[in-house]
Amino acid sequence: MNLNLDFAAILERWPAFLDGALLTLQLAFIATALGTVIGVLGAIGRRSRHPVVSRLCGIYVEAIRNTPLLVQIFLVYFGLASLGLKLSAFTVAAAALTINVGAYTTEIIRAGFDAIPRGQIEAAEGLALSRAQIYWHVVMWPAIERVYPSLTSQFVLLMLASSVTSQISAEELTAVANYIQSDTYRAFETYILVAIVYVVLSLVMRAGFWLLGLVIFPRRRRLGTPL
Amino acid sequence: MHNITRTDTAPPVVGLSDVHKSFGALKVLNGVSFEVNRGEVLVLIGRSGSGKSTALRCIDRFETIDSGEIIVCGHRVSDPKLDLRALRQDVGIVFQSYNLFPHLTIEENITLAPCSVKGISKSQAKEQARQVLAQVGLEDKLRQYPEQLSGGQQQRAAIARSLAMQPKVMLFDEVTSALDPELTGEVLKVIEALAADGMTMVMVTHEMGFAKGIADRVVFMHRGKVHETGPAAILTSPATPELAQFVGTGL
Ligand SMILES: Nc1ncnc2c1ncn2[C@@H]1O[C@H](COP(=O)(O)OP(=O)(O)O)[C@@H](O)[C@H]1O
Ligand SMILES: [Mg+2]
Repeated sequence: MNLNLDFAAILERWPAFLDGALLTLQLAFIATALGTVIGVLGAIGRRSRHPVVSRLCGIYVEAIRNTPLLVQIFLVYFGLASLGLKLSAFTVAAAALTINVGAYTTEIIRAGFDAIPRGQIEAAEGLALSRAQIYWHVVMWPAIERVYPSLTSQFVLLMLASSVTSQISAEELTAVANYIQSDTYRAFETYILVAIVYVVLSLVMRAGFWLLGLVIFPRRRRLGTPL
Repeated sequence: MHNITRTDTAPPVVGLSDVHKSFGALKVLNGVSFEVNRGEVLVLIGRSGSGKSTALRCIDRFETIDSGEIIVCGHRVSDPKLDLRALRQDVGIVFQSYNLFPHLTIEENITLAPCSVKGISKSQAKEQARQVLAQVGLEDKLRQYPEQLSGGQQQRAAIARSLAMQPKVMLFDEVTSALDPELTGEVLKVIEALAADGMTMVMVTHEMGFAKGIADRVVFMHRGKVHETGPAAILTSPATPELAQFVGTGL
């Protein structure tokens, strides 16, 4: 058995790989940003005093966490199509990934909210802060700081999982690879290269989150201690 | 001991009358009544579990009462339609466990409520933070985070944070109980200075020596009732055997 690797035909397609990688990053960025918003709102909803609200948020989280991402993508894809909405594969992919990561983010942020000691909230109430002000100033920031590592891991996982959207022909990295390997008959080389690009994307994201953490958590920047 | 600038017609700052409160089957307050006038320091004492914290928390509506009436700075606390945030602007409360916000600097801890609740400007709030920190002897800790301060310093910062809202009455619940004896003194000194300035206060404390020095009135709680009340002198010459036994144990 001799292994005969030839990357030349693959490497000359580098602009396509670059486009795919950028699209993957875009998908990850959109789903991370919107997923964070959904996660914060979902976590607030799950802790709501109104049982209907908390129940609905709970159903959302459980529905997403107990079904495969690919099935969710198809549901969004065919669901929107059957409503007569003609959206690009990219939009559908971004929507499905957002809905997916929003559920995981809800659970992570809720755990962070639950970890805020009751006394913190009482102190804020005693200072006459409103419920919204307490959530924003006293609960949300320390909660997110506490769960930041789990949160960012989840977002990196999401970026990797976005390869599944190649199934609906979103032109992200894996879809590009599928196309190039069928074109060049160099499947193994193609996926070796793609794996390396995914590793690089993961590292880029982790570095980005590290820098973001320095900006949004000044206490940690100054003291370096976990909350 | 203080100059109480009060005419006899002025209503008390805090008034409880016949307050009842149960947690499930446990009757914690069983007809509690007392009043605190402007500039007065009322010290609540009693065994652990006698309902002191509950009484204090009812004043700031952290607990709702079953029956009776509580009036604080003109707010009917027992009224279901109470404007809770208006009440809490008039009342400052300091807990045993400081509860400073760990992710904010001392300055941010102090300016948060004046800026978000009263809507005063950032620069004005910062100036005020400097003043209240000077009052508690921590002017140099403005930019520190809570975890960088000792327990006593954190408790003084928590007092400063309350003061920045310019409350009309301060509630203290065993604010030195979590502190080493050598750190207790610095916190008590701050409270003494507040009393000398004429702040109206209700405090729960186990520091009997301190209570004797600062109290205008002492309320001894026992089995959910005000068992004995009077001037600080009752601590040295109690009228009831229960208070005698309580002060005798040196608690
Ligand atoms: N939220 C609560 N739920 C149930 N029981 C409580 C609650 N808060 C206090 N208690 C009980 O009420 C009693 C009086 O408590 P507390 O007012 O804290 O007493 P003290 O401050 O005098 O030690 C205690 O037996 C305590 O266990
Ligand atoms: Mg207590």
